[in-house]
Amino acid sequence: MASPMQNELKRPGTADPPAVRIALITIALLFVALFIFIPVIAVFAEALRQGIGVYFAAIIDPEARAAIRLTLMTAAIAVPLNVAFGIAASWAIARFDFPGKQLLLTLIDIPFSVSPVIAGMLFVLLLGVRAPLGGWLADHGIRIIFAEPGIVLATIFVTFPLAARELIPIMQAVGSEEEEAAIVLGAGGWQMFFRVTLPNVKWGLLYGMVLCNARAMGEFGAVSVVSGHIRGHTNTMPLYIEILYNDYQFAAAFAVSSLLTLLAIATLIAKYYLERRVVPVKTEQDDLAVKVAA
Amino acid sequence: MATTTRRTNVLPGFGLTLGFTLAYLGIVVLIPISTIFFKTFTLTWPQFWAAVASPRTIAAYELSFGASIAGALINSVFGFVVAWSLVRYEFPGKTLIDMMVDLPFALPTSVAGITLTAIYAGNGWIGRYLAPLGIKVAYAPLGVVVALTFVGLPFVVRTIQPVLEDLDQEYEEAAATLGASRLQTFMLVIAPALIPALLTGFALAFARALGEYGSVVFISGNMPMHTEVVPLLIMSKLEQFDYAGATAIAVVMLTASFVILLGINVLQRWSSRRLAA
Repeated sequence: MASPMQNELKRPGTADPPAVRIALITIALLFVALFIFIPVIAVFAEALRQGIGVYFAAIIDPEARAAIRLTLMTAAIAVPLNVAFGIAASWAIARFDFPGKQLLLTLIDIPFSVSPVIAGMLFVLLLGVRAPLGGWLADHGIRIIFAEPGIVLATIFVTFPLAARELIPIMQAVGSEEEEAAIVLGAGGWQMFFRVTLPNVKWGLLYGMVLCNARAMGEFGAVSVVSGHIRGHTNTMPLYIEILYNDYQFAAAFAVSSLLTLLAIATLIAKYYLERRVVPVKTEQDDLAVKVAA
Repeated sequence: MATTTRRTNVLPGFGLTLGFTLAYLGIVVLIPISTIFFKTFTLTWPQFWAAVASPRTIAAYELSFGASIAGALINSVFGFVVAWSLVRYEFPGKTLIDMMVDLPFALPTSVAGITLTAIYAGNGWIGRYLAPLGIKVAYAPLGVVVALTFVGLPFVVRTIQPVLEDLDQEYEEAAATLGASRLQTFMLVIAPALIPALLTGFALAFARALGEYGSVVFISGNMPMHTEVVPLLIMSKLEQFDYAGATAIAVVMLTASFVILLGINVLQRWSSRRLAA
């Protein structure tokens, strides 16, 4: 695709008057500055307001470390499970025709349209000590709500569609010719998967993992409902930030926030470059299918 | 099972992958979702009605829907300008902006919440200039609009941007050749092509805003009847162990979300038909 500058030189019929162009660019820059750049800068400014010593003390505090550990552990369980689901779902949906496929796609999207608070509430209703299933588990000494398993479950729920939603259009766009060739030439199922399918979708897979991971580490509402806020025990980083903030420990709250902000920025950079690796896989005619499904 | 497709399909793994997909979907999503509807059936009608139609709940609906619409409208206007600038113009920092537009997707909502509160509080970077003018943002309904604008920002930009990139500029040239002014070309050629994407972006931003909790909880101040959005109300009912009340309100919100989701699906089909034509 030609760059816009070339367009303006080569295609005068599509150029806007300079005054309009400058006005629109200015408005766009101001809007993005107001809602994106000022908040990012504010996180770091607030985190360092009381000096670098307070900043590091807040990060290496035992409670902060416990929160970081739980956040990492939650992501380490939720991301692989949802990526495995994404691979299975995209294989079934992109490679085979079966009745109810459209319904399945709609059902996969459900967690996107459920408020995080309601997502957390679902697990309290299902597995809280007052619910039949939760009560039975509690009788057997298994505590899920107000404990780590609840946090992991709620996180799996809210990040559920992310990997599948990235992989389905990519799997469709790649097409099945190479895989069919591998099978016809005598490759086994797993051989085909590891030698043909996986290399073909690897960037899309990584892209899905990055998105899923960012959401898993940052989820707040759903996790807040199921955690019960037991200090140092069931706090993830976003929950710990809330506790510090409500304790008026603002510098510490923003110090922990700065770690998650760095993760968000790293995610955006990875996303930007991975998108460009995913694109060459698409052919012209599949372009539309990818957009519609995305 | 793999051979039940019309064309002979030599690929393996259909039963395994579909089986795993359905089992995982059932355990993680469908069973939890179904509990909310079972729980609703245990409520009596007066109980249900008392929860979903109390004055406090009505005030929360008004704020949630009103602020979500306001945020989605702001994003529709400015998100369009951002998408247009990114696709059509060259300017310094363009790559950085293109990269950072998705920040509200990637930034945890509690981080967004405390940061926006710090910026818009009476002594904050922006709040201190608004306070003398009598404009209160943090701990006021306006703060809810700011937070919901933040979370919805990427949706409008990212739904318009690809459509704008694919828009065939020959139509604009044809319009210019035929004597249309640039404004006429925009209104009569470009705008109609973008309307489905704009509506989809609006609906996505609206749906996201409606359920938002983390970024609102800090900036709103959570005063019942005044700055309490519906997810906050559900949360406070859960904290009081009023599961029946929380469930009733959640069912209303889930129904609203599913209606919006359905609307978005219809819009996207309309939009893809237009793209294909």
